[in-house]
Amino acid sequence: MRDEGFDARPWVLLAPALLALLLLMVIPMAIIFVFSFYEYVDVAVDRPAFQFENWLWFFQDGFYHYAIWQTLRISAITMLVCALLGYVPAYFIANTTYRHKWLLMLLLILPFWVSFIIRQLSWVHVLGSQGIVNAALLWLGVIDAPVRLLYNEATVVMGLVHFLLPFMVLNIYVSLESIDRNLVSAARTLGCTGWQAFCQVTLPLSLPGLAAGSLLCFVLAGGSYVTPLILGGPDDFLFGNLIYDTIMLELNWPMGATLSVVLLALLGSLVAIYGRFMGLSRLYKSLN
Amino acid sequence: MAKSKAAAVELKNVIKHFGEVQAVKGVDLTIDAGSFVTLLGPSGCGKTTILRMIAGLEHPTRGEIWINGRRIDDIPIHKRNLGLVFQNYALFPHKTIFDNVAFGLRYRDVPKAEIRKRVAEALEIVQLPGVEKRFPAQLSGGQQQRIALARAVVIEPDVLLLDEPLSALDANLREGMRVELKRIQRELGITTIFVTHDQAEALALSDKVVVMSNGKKEQEGAPDKVYNQPASRFVAEFLGNANLLPGRIESNGVKLQDGTLLPLRDAKGLPVGTEIDVVLRAERILLARQHPPEADALVVPGKVRALDYQGVAARYFVEALGTTLQVINPIDDLPFPEGAEVLLRIRAQDCVALGRA
Ligand SMILES: Nc1ncnc2c1ncn2[C@@H]1O[C@H](COP(=O)(O)OP(=O)(O)O)[C@@H](O)[C@H]1O
Ligand SMILES: [Mg+2]
Repeated sequence: MRDEGFDARPWVLLAPALLALLLLMVIPMAIIFVFSFYEYVDVAVDRPAFQFENWLWFFQDGFYHYAIWQTLRISAITMLVCALLGYVPAYFIANTTYRHKWLLMLLLILPFWVSFIIRQLSWVHVLGSQGIVNAALLWLGVIDAPVRLLYNEATVVMGLVHFLLPFMVLNIYVSLESIDRNLVSAARTLGCTGWQAFCQVTLPLSLPGLAAGSLLCFVLAGGSYVTPLILGGPDDFLFGNLIYDTIMLELNWPMGATLSVVLLALLGSLVAIYGRFMGLSRLYKSLN
Repeated sequence: MAKSKAAAVELKNVIKHFGEVQAVKGVDLTIDAGSFVTLLGPSGCGKTTILRMIAGLEHPTRGEIWINGRRIDDIPIHKRNLGLVFQNYALFPHKTIFDNVAFGLRYRDVPKAEIRKRVAEALEIVQLPGVEKRFPAQLSGGQQQRIALARAVVIEPDVLLLDEPLSALDANLREGMRVELKRIQRELGITTIFVTHDQAEALALSDKVVVMSNGKKEQEGAPDKVYNQPASRFVAEFLGNANLLPGRIESNGVKLQDGTLLPLRDAKGLPVGTEIDVVLRAERILLARQHPPEADALVVPGKVRALDYQGVAARYFVEALGTTLQVINPIDDLPFPEGAEVLLRIRAQDCVALGRA
């Protein structure tokens, strides 16, 4: 009961996590937010102030708006490709009768043991002008000179998918795994073909996992900047690259802070929308 | 629906292997149309596997399955027209009760208006009218089980298959559902195969009980027949509380190991001198301080070693006939106390000879 006095235990247990969040997330983000109102004087020089110059810039400059659009578009494409490519292995792992399921899971997680940068760079050896594909095509005589396969939007999406697919597969797998097998059996005995049972039972009940995986892929893709840097051409930037350039090249910290807050708000609102939506569908999940 | 006495379901030497595991080891089974048959046996004896093979969810390794005179081994699941009810209900959690019950009808080209009518009727039968708009999670366990039953019977299946449908319910609900189930089955006249490990359910519900152990059929017959005339040691021990007394057949009874001659009405054609076991049900032995003389009955002295008080009855462990016998007797006033000297009355008609294989 509430009026039996204040129970401090949950707060004591939560304290370390809350403290870490406060120190490592909330305070730095607050500082960034404050920075967005500072005044830019010259390269690497700024003055504490409370003015809206940076924000006006952001709202007026169409280039930033285009960057948002491009970021949302590439993230959405990446998310869709991950969902389509991820469902099949997730379904397979969840339904296989193979005894050593953990081995399949291990294969899925194995890439995480290799540095992210290395994984992205490895594509240069595959698709670059000196890469395996070009070498093979040259050797076969299909082409006379190396063709340019890298540094376009498709390779950026490919790199992002390469990095994000395991997140999608794991999320879908977990929700498929939690579906009662008898539900499909029940649907089948009631007259469904295998495909109809999938559409009527398995797919709708795995939507929470698909949604969670999609959100993760979208947000992680939307916040990335290394992949476009390594695998993209000059036009294939994401919003994160603008932040990187503004801070690292132009040394304009106040503007960089402003753009960071924009990206955070953008991706944060997606998470919030998802939270609303999942709050509803949790209801269905908790049934069995 | 075919109400003739024809066999609705027939299994012919059905065998099922899961890799190394032999789940079903050659089962023959004939189930009359409209009858209620129970597969009874301990957990892991292959009951579910048999049910799943009939439903088409597993494929027999060998053998044939016939339904209504048609061999169905190669008919896909969705064309078999069987109603299956699972132990855990298996209602679709994301669909309303209406959509759950209507599910099978949607795949049978039933017109919309007719679907609505038949769903309402099915809910009427399971005595849950008006819950169409709710979701399964909004119903209690017992109600969900009724919906699962409604979903299975609304398609008018050739055979209704029930896999331990009552075992997830708590005890008093279970007895209520048992009566319900019997009523619904009688009302609809559906051929029903019921799987359980609960002997009380099996005896109460069935026209025929098939006792199974270890992938094989042990005995089949009417409940009272199986209960009173167990054909094997397994059946005798699995159903109720039985005493098994080793002995040898004599011309006028069975000579037990301690030399007592036990009266026996039916030696089942076993010749004199055969070593057998005598099955003596715990509730058929009568304890008293003294017994009026009776033909064809034996009265022996015994001593109560322990008792298990159960309210209407007591289960005694009585030292007699050179062993400890289980005796279940109703309690009239007070049970016999521990250490009481009593007389046991054993009637010839209650001694069942069990040949040794
Ligand atoms: N899909 C399966 N794979 C491997 N073994 C199984 C499978 N299904 C059942 N078995 C085995 O077959 C035997 C019979 O199981 P089951 O039919 O479920 O028994 P029951 O329903 O009588 O408890 C058990 O030993 C069980 O472990
Ligand atoms: Mg079972």
